[in-house]
Amino acid sequence: MITTTPFHPRLSELNSQGLYTHWQGQLSALRYTHAPKHEYFAVRNAVGVFDTSPLYKYRITGPDAERLLSGALVRDIRTCRPGQAQYTAWCDDRGYVMHDGVAFRHSPDDFLLTAGRPALSWFQELATAMRVELEDVTGAYGMLAVQGPRSRAVLAALMPEAESLAYFDHLPAKVAGTAVTLSRTGYTGDLGFELTVEADSAVAVLDAVLEAGAPHSIRPFGEEALMTLRIEAGLPLVDVEWHDARLAMSDADCVTPRELGFGWMLRGVRDGSRRFVGSEAIRRELVDGTSRWATTGIVVDEADWDRIHREVGLFPPKSEHPLPYESMLLDDDRAEIGYCTSFVYSPVLQRHIGIARVRPDLAAAGTELRLELAIAHHNTTVRVATSPMPFFDPPRKKG
Amino acid sequence: MDLDKLDRRRNFDAIVVGGGHNGLTNAAYLGKAGLRTLVLEKNDLVGGAAITERVSAGTLPSGFSFTTFSYALSLLRPEIIHELDLVKHGFLPLMMPSSFHPTGDGDYLLFGDDHGQNLQEVRRHSPRDADAYERYHHDLDAACRAVRPLFDNAPPDVFGSDPEDAVDVKWLVDHLRGVDRKTMHDVVRLLTGSAADWLDDYFEHEAIKGYHASSSIIGSKVGPMSPGSALVLLFHKMGEHDGHLGSWSFHKGGNGGFTQVLARAAEAYGAEIRLGAAVSSVLTENGRAVGVALEDGTELRAPVVVSALDPRRTFLDLVEPRELPLDLVDNVRRMKFRGVSAKVNFALDGLPVFPALPDTVDHYGGFLNIGPTIEYVERAFDAAKYGWYSEQPFIDAAIQSVVDPDMAPPGKHVMSCFVQYAPYELRGSDWTTERESFGDNAQAVLESHFPGFGDLVLHREVVTPVDIEARTGLTEGNIFAGEFLAPQMYFFRPAPGWSQYATPIEGYYQCGSGTHPGGCVIGAPGKLASRRILRDLER
Repeated sequence: MITTTPFHPRLSELNSQGLYTHWQGQLSALRYTHAPKHEYFAVRNAVGVFDTSPLYKYRITGPDAERLLSGALVRDIRTCRPGQAQYTAWCDDRGYVMHDGVAFRHSPDDFLLTAGRPALSWFQELATAMRVELEDVTGAYGMLAVQGPRSRAVLAALMPEAESLAYFDHLPAKVAGTAVTLSRTGYTGDLGFELTVEADSAVAVLDAVLEAGAPHSIRPFGEEALMTLRIEAGLPLVDVEWHDARLAMSDADCVTPRELGFGWMLRGVRDGSRRFVGSEAIRRELVDGTSRWATTGIVVDEADWDRIHREVGLFPPKSEHPLPYESMLLDDDRAEIGYCTSFVYSPVLQRHIGIARVRPDLAAAGTELRLELAIAHHNTTVRVATSPMPFFDPPRKKG
Repeated sequence: MDLDKLDRRRNFDAIVVGGGHNGLTNAAYLGKAGLRTLVLEKNDLVGGAAITERVSAGTLPSGFSFTTFSYALSLLRPEIIHELDLVKHGFLPLMMPSSFHPTGDGDYLLFGDDHGQNLQEVRRHSPRDADAYERYHHDLDAACRAVRPLFDNAPPDVFGSDPEDAVDVKWLVDHLRGVDRKTMHDVVRLLTGSAADWLDDYFEHEAIKGYHASSSIIGSKVGPMSPGSALVLLFHKMGEHDGHLGSWSFHKGGNGGFTQVLARAAEAYGAEIRLGAAVSSVLTENGRAVGVALEDGTELRAPVVVSALDPRRTFLDLVEPRELPLDLVDNVRRMKFRGVSAKVNFALDGLPVFPALPDTVDHYGGFLNIGPTIEYVERAFDAAKYGWYSEQPFIDAAIQSVVDPDMAPPGKHVMSCFVQYAPYELRGSDWTTERESFGDNAQAVLESHFPGFGDLVLHREVVTPVDIEARTGLTEGNIFAGEFLAPQMYFFRPAPGWSQYATPIEGYYQCGSGTHPGGCVIGAPGKLASRRILRDLER
């Protein structure tokens, strides 16, 4: 049976569309109004709220909590001090990515880990004989993302601490008399925060945020807007950019952290000074240079996009809804040299962008390639160039 | 300052007169091609009629900004965004997600981004008009597609004798021969007929016709029943936002925000912009342009001088008419300007309330169209025929702070109202006398649709056609730098034989909205003129 999040009673009232999707079996709004692009612009130019409660949440406590996580997570959790959070991932023992999530460190031996897919038993098995408690607290908390250039002003009116909270830091605060965890995190690539709140108080906290945000044109945004935002931010999504390696039926469906663009998480792997599940396989990949793919951004040559549509009498579409299928990337000889996993028209960049995987020797920024697509029922290609990500990276995000 | 530096401050490859959006666009393209380009702007702010100004008035709190004149973006040719790398300089068009049309009887039409919901909204008023609505937009899109190559290229010189002219004319004829006969007939009906007749062929509901007729009169001394109004409607449909034909956006910070982006782009390509530098005349030697003289007497030299001003200023003020062919001078003198548009800009204490939609703000995301039926708008036009302003005017309003909260302090709002009709010349009075009475009319109309509106008004600015002329230089306050009348378009814009951005004076060019394709914040004249200049320079 479908379940709802702690914010649902209020957010459903604000949803004029009745359009939902199922996010890991929980009801999640696709959009709140007729115009998801307007919701998108709330985040890029004002402030929006997104219900991110369906993420799995695991509480990990005890003297060996750090030991458990440092042996499980791709990124070095020992560098995450209490009050900080880390975006991270975890792999199977072949060094293929399973899931991603954010680890919030509340104290030396108290963590909250979010996950896109269920992972409790996997961590429990790694914790055998360790002094550590693992608890699934997914339903106990609601998580509300408050994102956009005005998010700080809105939240600072409720919690002065928001004013100076640094990127990926978090702290305990109070909203409407309720204890919350306020973190400078999000999935939009913009200035933004998330509030983690006990389920029973979720609606009261949401109401306070909406009231404080009203003079700033706050509005809830749904998954359609989020998809455009996260692609602009160059943020990968499970089951779009990659699949859980433990559930894949073929190695072709698996990617390593480096292939997925997570090479920056791998400090200490090449020299063997840091060990975690899969690290030895990843070390060999780094040393032997056996990565099959490199993840890169691609940007479309808009004049070419115009041309290929106008030549067949069509108006060139510019849709902020991501393409629902994978497209091949070709070189000038029409040989397949990669594929595009996410593709969308970016309203702030005024061009089509994509997240792609290419042969590592073709990943240097500015490499010219062709993206296959069907126009007027024929396969054709459009000129693209590889580009670093994030595509959209305003100074306010970290500033 | 050494002599070399002095020389560089006085000698350029090209001088653009007028820092409106077309002048800036032209300068950016010329700069990009490597020309040392100077833009001379008479005001202390670039943008011409596309400016955003901070409002300071009495006790009004700070933080309100008005788009004094031009107020939204659509016609801008999308390729300019990429060719001038405008995103890098801050280009940010914000979606205007809705379009709201009170029907005059307490009800409304509310259109948005979801086609199916729009159909239901039409059907709520007229089931018959629902599929007509789809057919209407399809046919209009087809007409736009047919016209677009003409719109985005310089008109062929049908009067020319050069072999290249023959090639251009053949291109045009070949293109037109490829247009199917229904679309061709539609195009002719649009170019010559009235919006009312065009809309009658599709719709039965008066408010649905009224809604679609609103773009047929913008900036033009026509009513929706006048032949020629359908041309204005078609012209506006040529715009787009992110590929959606006929859609509008609100640039971050208003159209002044947009012209600041253009200015940064032009400067990044090496153009220099001088403010407070009014040009008094173009200097010529032996029938060729060699520079300009400023009103303060300074002389600046360049082998290319480009006027971004309207045709009256370009041909009658900046140069001696005696240097020009008589038929050109006659045509420019005859050209119709006849501004009929005014602005009333409001700073508001909060959002107005439309009684049938008391608990939502979503109908304020885009234009508020006050002109319930064609008859209402035509009656508003009647007054203008006889030299007076509408008692119950047509208003194209937008509460811009809903889309861009940075336009007003938190919780407060700015509302831009484009108001017609306001003829430039009043019979028996003048705009100094009538300004506030005109503003009162507009406010009263808003009050009738949004009861309590007047209580929200913190500040009101009335911008008459005379103000538009005085501040921007647009003759008679015509917002398009020459009316959109068939004899003033395409081959004939601004005058027969002079539609390709050159002038009879060698080295002297025109790039303002008085040239093809015409007005609105569009950039095409600036771009097409640069193409002509660079071709002449063989660059």
